[in-house]
Amino acid sequence: MVLGPNGAGKTTLLNSISGVARPTSGTILFDGNDITGARPEQVVRMGLAHCPEGRQIFQRLTVEENLVAAHVGRAGKSFEALRSDVFDLFPILKERRNGMASRMSGGQQQMLAIGRALMAEPRLLMLDEPSLGLAPKIVQQIFHIVLDLSKSGISILLVEQNVQLALECGDYAYLLNNGTVRLHGPAQELAEHAAISEHFLGGASETLLHG
Amino acid sequence: MLGTIIQQVFNALTIGSIYALIALGYTMVYGVLRMINFAHGEMFMLGAYAAFVILTLLIGDIGNAGVVILALVFFAAVIVVGLIGVGVERLAYKPLRHSNRLAPMLSSLGVSLSLVTAVQIVAGPQPIGFPSFFPSTRFDVLGGTVTSVQIGILIAALVLMVALYTLVNRSRAGIIVRAVSESRPTAQLLGINVNLAISLVFFAGPVLGAAGGILYASYYGIMSPTMGAVIGLKAFTAAILGGIGSIPGAMLGAFILAFVEVAGTALLPALTGGLLGTEYRDVLAFAILILVLLVRPAGILGEPVSEESMVYKREF
Ligand SMILES: Nc1ncnc2c1ncn2[C@@H]1O[C@H](COP(=O)(O)OP(=O)(O)O)[C@@H](O)[C@H]1O
Ligand SMILES: [Mg+2]
Repeated sequence: MVLGPNGAGKTTLLNSISGVARPTSGTILFDGNDITGARPEQVVRMGLAHCPEGRQIFQRLTVEENLVAAHVGRAGKSFEALRSDVFDLFPILKERRNGMASRMSGGQQQMLAIGRALMAEPRLLMLDEPSLGLAPKIVQQIFHIVLDLSKSGISILLVEQNVQLALECGDYAYLLNNGTVRLHGPAQELAEHAAISEHFLGGASETLLHG
Repeated sequence: MLGTIIQQVFNALTIGSIYALIALGYTMVYGVLRMINFAHGEMFMLGAYAAFVILTLLIGDIGNAGVVILALVFFAAVIVVGLIGVGVERLAYKPLRHSNRLAPMLSSLGVSLSLVTAVQIVAGPQPIGFPSFFPSTRFDVLGGTVTSVQIGILIAALVLMVALYTLVNRSRAGIIVRAVSESRPTAQLLGINVNLAISLVFFAGPVLGAAGGILYASYYGIMSPTMGAVIGLKAFTAAILGGIGSIPGAMLGAFILAFVEVAGTALLPALTGGLLGTEYRDVLAFAILILVLLVRPAGILGEPVSEESMVYKREF
């Protein structure tokens, strides 16, 4: 999990991993393979799905069409099987499958964004601020599902500004600021670490209020 | 009077369905690439020439080809032009995809000129008589004359448009094309094959444009290397009028434009006491283009794009 204030470079980090942005230096390893500079479609086919910041749902497509578009047939599971997995996880998507994606609430769109990413059968799922702009109750619901996913064997790389909530859920955390890792360690230790309060609770407490 | 009206309605429907077939290509390309493909009118022209060449090669005597042969020639010709369309995109637009937005459009102007010149060199600059793909029988409908060529064009265009509509709205390929049209960065991020979607559009557009060319040449019995220029611009006008990027908009714009043209041509001499004759037909179309661009650039069914939503879409 990657934490850090607004503008720290969290989204840029994910974009570099998924091949949307090109890193100027350094290497990106996934499963021991060098994926630096790989194109997004190659990265997705290696089992790395990116659920982007701001959800980026296809508004002019229906819920189901959003899932169809994202099915790349990576590990051989049929579309129907993957879709029914997603519908089991988010029953609301099944209910509204033929409705336009633009007609759904923010929380439902976030669920669709995660469901869409799951259509790639990822081994690693990268989530960029899934709590952005959502009511606390919805955020809880989504985090529970993300935890379930993690238990089912999908690795999760979570980017959050909502530090408290993230530290409660995650295992290992990196603190990013100004494009560099400031701190990293097991989530529980970091939660107790004084630097957290220095970095976030003091300096950027307004992000907590918004989150 | 009723007969004249019926006859004019059929004229408008015929020319409107040809405009629609071409306008769809402009609007789909704009949808996925946000560019105007100025070489698209030449796909219309190439359709007629391809059909003529294939017909001549298959059977020397064009006069008595059977229905099956004609249908085969029609499909072979539109598929050849579809492949040319894909090739043009690969060679002339794809290398420019990440440069200035104007570059591929300028490139398409160059492609347009090259294709016209190439056909002029190979087939000669003069117009060539084109055999009708439909039997020409005249019907009397409530006093107006409607030809079987018109009915054939209407049916062919309708079938093609329904096929496109089904493909775009029901098939996986269509869903991918619509996803790429809405947001290429997001599509890329999800691992969608963006190049495939773009190639599909550059196949489907020219296929429909070429079909329009064959139907048009059948209608007027003639084809020429420059036949795509004015018709292309009119179909472009139709796409803008309906809202560029919108598929139903392109069809709507095409029929509106055709009806305005036909009505205008019929009424102009009468209204101006003979001062403005039927030759002002083309002026009418381009006056509409200028008016739409001034008053409502998004067209009838197009969505006005706000600066804010663009920024939101781009930054993730
Ligand atoms: N490692 C880096 N080096 C230099 N600039 C960076 C780096 N990471 C991010 N940036 C820049 O910082 C800005 C904010 O980055 P972003 O990833 O959107 O932050 P966040 O998602 O944490 O809010 C962007 O303009 C980005 O180009
Ligand atoms: Mg961010």
